[in-house]
Amino acid sequence: MFPVPANVALGLAALLFLIGLVGVLVRRNLVFILLSIEIMLNAAGLAFVVGGARWHQPDGQVMFLFILAVAAAEVSVGLGLVLRLHRQGDSLDVDAASSLRG
Amino acid sequence: MNAPFYVAGAIALVSTLLVITRASAVHALLYLIVSLLAIAVIFFQLGAPFIAALEVIIYAGAIMVVFVFVVMLLNLGPRSVDAERAWLSPVGFVGPIVLGAILAAELLYIVSIAPRPGSASSLVSPTAVGASLFGPYYLGVELGSFLLLAGLVGALHLARSTEQAAR
Repeated sequence: MFPVPANVALGLAALLFLIGLVGVLVRRNLVFILLSIEIMLNAAGLAFVVGGARWHQPDGQVMFLFILAVAAAEVSVGLGLVLRLHRQGDSLDVDAASSLRG
Repeated sequence: MNAPFYVAGAIALVSTLLVITRASAVHALLYLIVSLLAIAVIFFQLGAPFIAALEVIIYAGAIMVVFVFVVMLLNLGPRSVDAERAWLSPVGFVGPIVLGAILAAELLYIVSIAPRPGSASSLVSPTAVGASLFGPYYLGVELGSFLLLAGLVGALHLARSTEQAAR
């Protein structure tokens, strides 16, 4: 197995993160915004694992596990919000939820 | 030159780009699963087999299944795909893409001038990860379990139907 240069792997993580960021800024559908947030969290995890592998420490992989837990909690609450928004307005447009009420 | 790494990286980038440009939610989900599997290959190349397995099982498995399930519950038809196409105007892409390209150029410049990039392929065994997780990081594990419990309760409260809530 040939070694992977650390800066190339970090560049890949940065590009994936920025694609997710562009997705959050561009899309108006709440489901797609949640998907883009998943992309960003996963890219951050990739950067952690690259850092851990570069310095031969397990800490990067431990941080990835924490990011996994955060992503799971965020998805469960976010998809609950998606269901609630769909039930109220029959639309997934985030602009439809600009005026929150009780 | 590590060909599997570069091929998997290219697949991850292309499929992630397709995720944020699709009009249909199911197509975007399937492309995201492809992207996550490609990133799992990259984790394997980086010497993190445990994380690669978790990426497949938890991310591409559990979390994406929850997304598919919710898209199924929403029962989105061709009408929503048409609405999505109308929202996806090329004009709306210009600003975010310009900003993203500037940030990408900066980040890629910074990582390319690193003095000692070194190799990112070193096998860190699952044993070491487990020993670290339940050694110095045990407090983080406890907090993670609190967070998941809070997520469970929050999802239960938010997804409850309003008729049930009124009762």
